[in-house]
Amino acid sequence: MSLDILQMVLVTIVAAATPLMIAALGEVVVERAGVLNLGVEGMMVLGAATGFAVAVETGSTLVGAAAGAGAGLALSALFGLLTVVLSANQVASGLAMTILGLGLSGLVGASYVGLKRAPAPHLDLPGLTDLPGIGRLVFGQDGFVYFAFALAAGGWWFLWRTRTGLILRAIGDDHTATHALGLQVRTVRFRAVLFGGACAGLAGAYLSLSYTPFWAPAMTAGRGWIALALVVFASWRPLRVLAGALLFGGATVLQLNAQAAGIGLPGQLLSALPYLATILALVLLSLGRRQGGSLAPASLGRVFTPHR
Amino acid sequence: MRIDLTPRANRSALLDALSPILAFLAALVVGGLVVSALGRSPAAAFVTYFVAPLSEVWSLQEVAIKAAPLALIATGLAFCFRANIWNIGAEGQFVMGGLFGGWIGVATHGATGNTAWVLPLMLVVGTLAGLLYALIPALLKVRLGVSEILTSLMLVYVAELLLDYMARGPLRDPAGFNFPQSVPFDEAARLPYLMEGDTLHAGVAIALVVLGLATLVLARTLFGFTVRVVGASPRAARFAGFSDARLTLAVFAVSGAAAGLAGISEVAGRIGQLQPSISPGYGFTAIIVAFLGRLSPVGILVAALVIALTTIGGEGAQIDLKLPLDLTRAFQGLLLALVLGADALSRYRVRLVPGAAA
Repeated sequence: MSLDILQMVLVTIVAAATPLMIAALGEVVVERAGVLNLGVEGMMVLGAATGFAVAVETGSTLVGAAAGAGAGLALSALFGLLTVVLSANQVASGLAMTILGLGLSGLVGASYVGLKRAPAPHLDLPGLTDLPGIGRLVFGQDGFVYFAFALAAGGWWFLWRTRTGLILRAIGDDHTATHALGLQVRTVRFRAVLFGGACAGLAGAYLSLSYTPFWAPAMTAGRGWIALALVVFASWRPLRVLAGALLFGGATVLQLNAQAAGIGLPGQLLSALPYLATILALVLLSLGRRQGGSLAPASLGRVFTPHR
Repeated sequence: MRIDLTPRANRSALLDALSPILAFLAALVVGGLVVSALGRSPAAAFVTYFVAPLSEVWSLQEVAIKAAPLALIATGLAFCFRANIWNIGAEGQFVMGGLFGGWIGVATHGATGNTAWVLPLMLVVGTLAGLLYALIPALLKVRLGVSEILTSLMLVYVAELLLDYMARGPLRDPAGFNFPQSVPFDEAARLPYLMEGDTLHAGVAIALVVLGLATLVLARTLFGFTVRVVGASPRAARFAGFSDARLTLAVFAVSGAAAGLAGISEVAGRIGQLQPSISPGYGFTAIIVAFLGRLSPVGILVAALVIALTTIGGEGAQIDLKLPLDLTRAFQGLLLALVLGADALSRYRVRLVPGAAA
């Protein structure tokens, strides 16, 4: 295989991995704070619809991306109000956000179905982007991709190298003890939820502004759920999310290529592969650490009410 | 500003019963605002959504056959959710029930002689298919500690794709002009109609019987007691020696069986053949129904009727008022969110403390 074909394959893998990366990195922060947000799919699809609609109206991809992130953030504010402020059940509230997000995205995107716009601009550095073999891969991506990688590095730095990150992880591991220490459990959690929602919305905006680039109802097709699985798969560590997302992106690309090549397997089986791979990955992961115990934040999904 | 939650010492039964109703009214207000933002009259929309479907016999029957699968699935899910176990793949178990039960209907097409066994066999096979499919995430959870939330959800997509493949491929009607659907079932493979008009089928009766059974099981058996104790106090349940693993398997089996039965009832009742898609998302809507009905069979019955009403009304609104169907879905999601919020208000005394740190 020539270097350029290899590069082309890698470019498509990175493109398929980017939305998973952005959404999962946001969710890592949320879950590290002890909140399980099952609304990622809904926030993602609302971000996709809002991002596309705003980008069409304003003509600016950047404004569209910001609007997508804003839509995810708005929906996650409702989620935070329910789960963090009112101590409602996190699983049920997350599902409510997914259903609500799917419905709202249909309303927002209704008049934009079938429209197409140019994909988000790619970086073009004279000399560097044309380098054979690696130019397009390293110097020719769009802003979302660079942002995703920066997010992984930033997330790692924040969680493991800052005081706030330490506090956030401590709250996720034991909300009662951290509350007794006088730390602001609910404030930190609410902010983490907002961050995760914005990331999910941005990941959706990437799909409609760069990946496809158009809006179709329910276009996220379960990517939000795969991002949630990815967080478990990556043991709640940002850099492993990066690796996991690339692995999943690779599986997606493989499936698309196999479908295009028509290798005799039914298309439905190939379409089911990412979901089956997700289950398999979770199974292998837990087989690998039978002795080690769970790596999940200890308070993940538990309801916290400060009693005085 | 700080918001304080203090658990109420004695919960008022009245407030408990009122909170989903209050949530419903709040959702109505928000829905009305959205409708007027879309440039339609909220009053007309209210009539189309909630009154018109109740005014005619045929639409009442439609409401009943839409409510039946929702109530059936939600009753099974109530066992899971009460025990804090999260089967969110009921949609997949519904599809598997319809597919494998329906397979019998396809295989016995044109059979002669005594065919009285066909329909019961379909119902049993459909129920078992849902049950077995639900045991996959349950076993993965019990044996390997894999999150049942993610696996049960992933299996929904797998089930839908399998049905799509079967209906377009091996089970397609060879004389069907290449339409992606199976042969229409024989009379012996169809649920009988309960009323004139060929709408209200026996699936509604099945749902009511299961609902009654579930009420008895929850209130009067050791299994029902176990489920309730685990939900109310996991610590107490561990001290009592109830096995987590056995309970997980049991509630997944119950909810999967209920969803599978609902699936085959839909296929043998309303549809009458296998198609690439047999569910407009009943398995997910049932989650809303379960919580709206406060996880009790009676509440679920009422909630299923209300949600079915909005669905039928939503179809009417799409035709009469050109309101998009997504409005119904958004309304249902908002309703679930508000029900969960209102629940917090009935469980805790909420106090705003101005000026204090959060």
